[in-house]
Amino acid sequence: MAGAFERKIHETLADTRLQQAVYTATGRLKDSRLAVIAPHVLPDYQELRAHAHLLKRHTVDHLDHYLEKFQRNVESRGGQVVFCNDGAEVTDFVLALAKKRGARLIVKSKSMTTEEVDLNEHLEHHGLESVETDLGEYILQLAHERPYHIVAPALHKTRYDVAEILTRRLNAPHETKIEKQTAIARAVLRQKFLAADIGISGANFLVADSGAVVLVENEGNARLATTLPKIHIVVAGIEKVIPRAQDLAVFLKLLARSATGQLLSVYTSFLSGPRRAGEIDGPDEFYVLLLDNGRTKLLPDSAKRQSLYCIRCGACLNACPVYRKIGGHSFPWVYSGPIGAILTPQFMGVSREPSLPFASSLCGACAEVCPVKIDIPRVLVELRADVHQSEARQKRNRLEKLAFRLFRWLMQHPRAYEWAGRLAASLANSADGGWMRRVPVLLNVGPVRAWLSQRDLPPPPSRSFRQLWRQR
Amino acid sequence: MRRAFPRIWPNVWVRDDEGGRLDMSQRVALFVTCMVDQLFPKIGLAMVEVLERLGFRIDFPEAQTCCGQPAFNSGYPEEARAVARHFLDVFEASEAIVVPSGSCTAMIIHHFAELFEKDPTALARVKQLSERVWEFSQFLTVVAGAGDVGAHLEDVATFHDGCHALRELGIQSAARRLLRHVRGLELREMEPAGECCGFGGTFSVKFAELSGAMARTKIEAIVRTGANIVVSLDPSCLMQIQGVLSRAGLKIRGLHLAEVLASR
Ligand code: SF4
Repeated sequence: MAGAFERKIHETLADTRLQQAVYTATGRLKDSRLAVIAPHVLPDYQELRAHAHLLKRHTVDHLDHYLEKFQRNVESRGGQVVFCNDGAEVTDFVLALAKKRGARLIVKSKSMTTEEVDLNEHLEHHGLESVETDLGEYILQLAHERPYHIVAPALHKTRYDVAEILTRRLNAPHETKIEKQTAIARAVLRQKFLAADIGISGANFLVADSGAVVLVENEGNARLATTLPKIHIVVAGIEKVIPRAQDLAVFLKLLARSATGQLLSVYTSFLSGPRRAGEIDGPDEFYVLLLDNGRTKLLPDSAKRQSLYCIRCGACLNACPVYRKIGGHSFPWVYSGPIGAILTPQFMGVSREPSLPFASSLCGACAEVCPVKIDIPRVLVELRADVHQSEARQKRNRLEKLAFRLFRWLMQHPRAYEWAGRLAASLANSADGGWMRRVPVLLNVGPVRAWLSQRDLPPPPSRSFRQLWRQR
Repeated sequence: MRRAFPRIWPNVWVRDDEGGRLDMSQRVALFVTCMVDQLFPKIGLAMVEVLERLGFRIDFPEAQTCCGQPAFNSGYPEEARAVARHFLDVFEASEAIVVPSGSCTAMIIHHFAELFEKDPTALARVKQLSERVWEFSQFLTVVAGAGDVGAHLEDVATFHDGCHALRELGIQSAARRLLRHVRGLELREMEPAGECCGFGGTFSVKFAELSGAMARTKIEAIVRTGANIVVSLDPSCLMQIQGVLSRAGLKIRGLHLAEVLASR
C-alpha cells in the first residue's frame, strides 16, 4: 500500500546518479558550515545559537506586538503592509495591483514563501509573466520543477543537466562550463530586469523597530529585482519579524555560516519603503504582504510553536541522513528535510501525508546544527501522536494501536513479558537449520518481514538475560 | 564547627587503594533494557563481568522490563507513560542504575521529563531518579574513574557513535578512551562516525528500504577502516549494523563496549 511518498523515496534510492549528486552536494555544504563555526573561528557559536533561540522565542511569544510595530514603521516610511490569510489573498493582491498599473512582467528573487503559495503558477495562469532571477530558481523554472532544497534550489542538477535545460528551453548553445551557463542566463535576465513592471521578493528578516526588510543573497539579483521596477512587493511569513536592527548582529552571523558556510552573504540589502525625494534608486511603491497560511495555528502549542523560529538556513537538510538519501522532491510539499517534515503537517494538516513525521530515525542531527535550536525530533514525536489521533478518528491503523496497547500491558507485567519473550524465541528457534533469512512462516509477516527485506536478524538466544541471571 | 551534611548516599563506600572513584555506594542496579534481556543477554553478562571486576556489587531488579522508548518514539505517549511509571516503581530504591544503551539512558534522563511535564508528582520522582541513571561507559569513566579495566583483545576495531549517546548524552571521547586502554586493540576512526546507522526503532520497518540504505552507507564507512570489529554503546545500532553486515556477507563483528571490555 505504498503511497506517493513511499514511491518517490523508492525511486530516489534507486537513482544512483541522483544519490551521488545529492550526497556530495549536501556533504560539501555540511563541511563548509563546520569550517566556519569551528571554535577557533567562532568561539561564541553556541552562545550565539542560544541568543538567537531566546530572541526568536520572545518574538514569537509576542508576535502580534512586533508585527504591529513593524507595520507602523513601514507605513511611516510610505510603504504599505497587507496581512494575508492564505495564498489566494496574496495572488489576488498582486493581480489587482498589476491590473490597476497595467503591469505585465514580474521579476522575482528567490522566496520559499512564494513557492509555498504557488505564486508563479497563479500569476501565469492570469496572463502575467513572472520570471525567477536567482540562477538556480531560473533553471528550475525552465525545467518546470520545484526547489529541491530551501537554500540551494537546484542542488540535484549537475552542470550537464543545466546545459541540457538551457539548450532545450532557450535554444542556447550547449555549454557545460558554469561561467558560460551563467552568462547565458544573465543575458536573458538583464533584459527582464530592465523591462519589469513589478519586482517580488521574499524577506529574510523584517525589522520591527525600523520597518526595514532585510534580504540576504549572493547573486545581486534580489537587489536588482527590488530596486529597478517601479513597484516592489515583499511576500513574507509573519514569523520573519525580529525586534530590533541590532538583533541582526546575531542572526546574520548565524545565517550565512549555517546556510552556505560563508562568513556573510555577498549582498545584504536593507529595504525600507519606497524611494524618497533625493534618493537615486528604489521603487515608487512598496508593499509588504505578511502571510499567515497556517502559521497562527502553531501558536497555541508551546512545544510546537518553536517550528516558527526557523530562519530557513537549510543546515538541517544538509545534516539529515534521511534528506541526503531521499532528496527534496520526495517530500510532499515545498519545504523538505527535517524542517519540511515538521512544517508540512502543521501548515497543511497531518493528513496531507500522514507518514511524513515517521520518516525519521530521530537521530537529532538536525537539532544539533539548527542555528536557532529548534528541537525538531521532539516536534516530530508530537506530530506522530497527532497522526495517531487523527487516524483513530477515522478508525485507521488499528492493528498498530492494538500492538502498542499490548506492549504497554506486557511491559507492566514482568511475568507475562518474560513468557511472551520466550514464546517468540522458541517459535523463532523452531526453524530448523540456520535462522538467518529462514524465519518460520508464522513470524515472517509485517515488521519482521520488513526487517528481513534489508538485513538479517540475530539468532534468538536460548535463554534471556534474566534466566541466565537466576542461574548464576 | 563542623557542619553536618545531609546524607544522600546511604552506603558511602570509598576504596582506599585507588583514588579514582566517586564516593558512593558500591551497589549498582542493572537496567539491562528489554533488547539486551531478550536478544543480547551476552551484553548483560559482559556488563556484569566488567562491573564486578571493578568491585561493584550488582542487583538485578527482576520486575524490570522496558523504559517505554518504543512507544514514546512511535507517538504513543499514553503507553509510554504507563511503562515509564513501571520503570520508576521498579528502580525507585536503587542508588545507581547502569544501562547498556545510550538511547534508553537518554529516554530516561531526558524524555521522561517531557512525558510527565503536566504531572508534578511524577516529575519530581523522575528528577530524583534520572540523576542516578548512568549509561555504561559514562558510569565507568565518571563514577568508577576507570580507564584501564584490565581488558585484552588482539584485534582492530572502529567505534560507531550512537545518535543519542552522542547528541543527547554528549558521549564521544570517554568511550574511545576506554577502548584505547584495551591491550592489543587497535582503534581506527571511521568517517563519519556520528552519522546515524538508520535504525530508529519502528522507522527501521516502516521505512525499511530507506533505513537499509542508511545502514549501507554506514557499512561503507566501517569497511573503509579495515577493522574487524565495530563497537557501539547501543544494542539497537548493533542489531542494525550487524544485520546489514551479515546480509552483505561481511565477516566484521558488531560488539557492545561491555563485550570488548569483558574480554581478557
Ligand atoms: S530548522 Fe533550523 S536548521 Fe533547519 S532550516 Fe530552519 S533554522 Fe535552519
